[in-house]
Amino acid sequence: MNGERIVIVGGGLAGLMTAVRAAEMGMGVDLFSIVPVKRSHSVCAQGGINGAVNTKGEGDSPDIHFDDTIYGGDFLADQAPVKAMCYAAPGIINLLDRMGVMFNRTPEGLLDFRRFGGTKHHRTAYAGATTGQQLLYALDEQVRRHEVAGLVRKYEYWEFLGLVRDADGNCRGIVGLDWYSMKIEAFPAAAVMLATGGPGIVFGRSTNSVINTGTAASVAYQEGAWYANGEFIQVHPTAIPGSDKLRLMSESARGEGGRMWVPRTQGDKRDPRSIPENERWYFLEEKYPSLGNLVPRDIATREIFQVCLTGYGVDGKRQVYLDLTHIPKKELDVKLGGILEIYEKFVGDDPREVPMKVFPGMHYSMGGLWVDFAKDEKSGMLDETSMRNQATNVPGLYAGGEVDYSIHGANRLGANSLVSCLYGGKIGGPAMVRYSREKASKLPAAGAAFAAAKKRWEDEFRTIAGMSGPENPHVLAEEMGDWMTDNVTVVRENGKLAATEEKLRELSDRWNRIGLTDKSAYGNRELSFINQLRNMLVIARVMTRGALLRDESRGAHYKVRDLSKGVTEENALPRDDANFLKTTIAEHTPDGPKISYRAVDTSLIKPRPRKY
Amino acid sequence: MTVRREALGVRRSRRDMAPGNSPNALRLTNATAMPERIELHVKRQDSPTSNPYWEEYEIPYQPRQNVISVLMQIDKNPKTRQGKATSPVVYDRACLEEVCGSCAMRINGVSRMACTALIDSLEQPIKLEPLGKFPVLRDLAVDRQQMFDALKRVKAWVPIDGTYDLGPGPRMPEHEREIAYHYSQCITCGNCQDVCPQVNDRSNFIGAASIAQARLFNTHPTGAMNAAERLEALMADGGLDDCGNAQNCVRACPKSIPLTTAIAEMYRACTLHGLKKLLGT
Repeated sequence: MNGERIVIVGGGLAGLMTAVRAAEMGMGVDLFSIVPVKRSHSVCAQGGINGAVNTKGEGDSPDIHFDDTIYGGDFLADQAPVKAMCYAAPGIINLLDRMGVMFNRTPEGLLDFRRFGGTKHHRTAYAGATTGQQLLYALDEQVRRHEVAGLVRKYEYWEFLGLVRDADGNCRGIVGLDWYSMKIEAFPAAAVMLATGGPGIVFGRSTNSVINTGTAASVAYQEGAWYANGEFIQVHPTAIPGSDKLRLMSESARGEGGRMWVPRTQGDKRDPRSIPENERWYFLEEKYPSLGNLVPRDIATREIFQVCLTGYGVDGKRQVYLDLTHIPKKELDVKLGGILEIYEKFVGDDPREVPMKVFPGMHYSMGGLWVDFAKDEKSGMLDETSMRNQATNVPGLYAGGEVDYSIHGANRLGANSLVSCLYGGKIGGPAMVRYSREKASKLPAAGAAFAAAKKRWEDEFRTIAGMSGPENPHVLAEEMGDWMTDNVTVVRENGKLAATEEKLRELSDRWNRIGLTDKSAYGNRELSFINQLRNMLVIARVMTRGALLRDESRGAHYKVRDLSKGVTEENALPRDDANFLKTTIAEHTPDGPKISYRAVDTSLIKPRPRKY
Repeated sequence: MTVRREALGVRRSRRDMAPGNSPNALRLTNATAMPERIELHVKRQDSPTSNPYWEEYEIPYQPRQNVISVLMQIDKNPKTRQGKATSPVVYDRACLEEVCGSCAMRINGVSRMACTALIDSLEQPIKLEPLGKFPVLRDLAVDRQQMFDALKRVKAWVPIDGTYDLGPGPRMPEHEREIAYHYSQCITCGNCQDVCPQVNDRSNFIGAASIAQARLFNTHPTGAMNAAERLEALMADGGLDDCGNAQNCVRACPKSIPLTTAIAEMYRACTLHGLKKLLGT
């Protein structure tokens, strides 16, 4: 089998792009996903995809995109991969266009571009307000083509449980669980990619899909892969609170002219439409005259937080207005229809008529599995033929998309996630093929490792199936989510972080006293969830420990001296480049994460203060 | 095929839906009649081969819940209304914002997405059943692989030369793009199949969703180069000819995709294609 097939876990944008790229090189691909790949979380991305195509006569360029991304990420991102991605972005958008993505057009029939946060340029290509869905479908269609041609085999409703590593530590395959038959199998692979997305469910309710537990990344971490910058969690400024999830209200709503405000009078009960202009507080426009409502997400989130903390929230609650009612309805329908429908369907109000009520919600993890890159010294970008790109520290294991830590540094700019997923796949696929053909094909057979890994997971699941304590896994998950949301999102304080670590230890202890309610041997999702919960608790500790030890504020990581004094410049710890312009690396030990720091590649843009 | 299909070209606006299928149309008229508890009846089935049975649950009422959040409540304390310990209900779910296509089921007899089924707009007791036209795997989870297989049958993709840089794609007028965009939002949920009388044990009708996808790719400038192959697929056994013009599909589609328009357009295209073949041009 060596050198013949690779395994990709996860069928979102990153996984599918990897599959297409590898299949195109003649490589067989076994594609694993817990849902039919067309239902992956990439469908939820709304606003668009960044690429400096410069069709608006604004003088945009990949170099400006590069600078915006590095600056937006507060200089924590390694620069060579970011530059390479920004230069690749226009080509990636063209490729999607050729695949048939129904991007919005200009009167001349060219791709239209909109504005997003953290930039002054129209750089975001979009397909209505369902860009992620449209991109995912285009890739899904291409993968189906390769499936029909016989190169790609899909294993849908299969969950990744763990790696198969040989005696020398090389990754040689994976162990998977069939979500219906509950059969556990080991699969050989010349190389394995995890493209399993983010860990939103660690925070209970978030803008993420319920499948985004981060469990695959956690397992890889527990089996030796480094987890980097775990403390950097993006909280999206505008989500619609709900009891089952926080639904995203895309940044494109502001990109198309949406304005954020609250009444100037606390507790003003008037209908928002009857409040005159001079009695409205457009708090972002007032404080940030240059970017206004389009300041980067971490900043917008903190401002909303502070507005509500000081009693200016709409109806005295934790909510502010996001107002589109000044924009013509026809224009809203064409450019934002998809997301306005979501608001209408779930809240019952028409956002074309009434300002929306929103509040920040956990959205994205900048951190993730550490991956390597091969810098090309001459261009400052990457040697895109290298097998080192997207490789984790475990030989043969790759990672791409939100599950990897690269590109976004301390804060991701809007519409950079889709392009980073696709770029990860674009370079990750060829890297894996090269590794397969040049390295994996020379490795000795590792038959015993497969049997051992399979048995290990069969034993684990037999143990879980026998659990009969008083605790309910979903109740434990809810407690974890509440603690993580309260203490490890918008504002962090060391005392609270230490208490959260303690709580996570308590929950891990209580995990052992879970009682299984579903005794079925078929389609038992509770078994799977209990295993996922254990992994979520592990990765939650990585995030919390990273946040505790990083004694500074940078991007989305905002630490205050005294929580009761709120979000103010005096109360916040400043950015500390001397000690913390470094990538956090977490390594798993039985006693919890061991944290060390690695230098960041800042060779192309000199770090400067981040002031919008 | 007969000419009657020309009449199928009915465009439907977002709000123009039959009352039974209009999500959340059944708002409670009496605002004071908010129940203290939600009563839920779920048709369960332990495996593909076992017999289905009903279970009843009672959940404390909270405003603005949907069917998913009620099922999540059961996860945390799986007990029937009668106090019997049970297991969490198994169903497909992912995004919870009606874009992944996972959580389709029959809610009070209507095939729809559970995430947009708001409790305040449903009559109680709320009855949940799996979609009826697909094999049940467990509880409300069904096997919709036939939907994805149908996309293979109609070659629902643009056959690009490769992922290497070949410059931009073909230009397209915005108004055509807008029409095509309707079709490209199909979430493969299966509701259109579920309400179609022609989709049943005795037929292999391909269904409205994939016909609409053929329409989408046949009008894309590059996709059109392979239009004939898709038309051939639609003219084969189980293709367009099996459509019975019930028009249920378009009413059940949660994304308001003009499915019957697509069927009519594809019918015309197939007729033309057939004629051309006959004349050898």
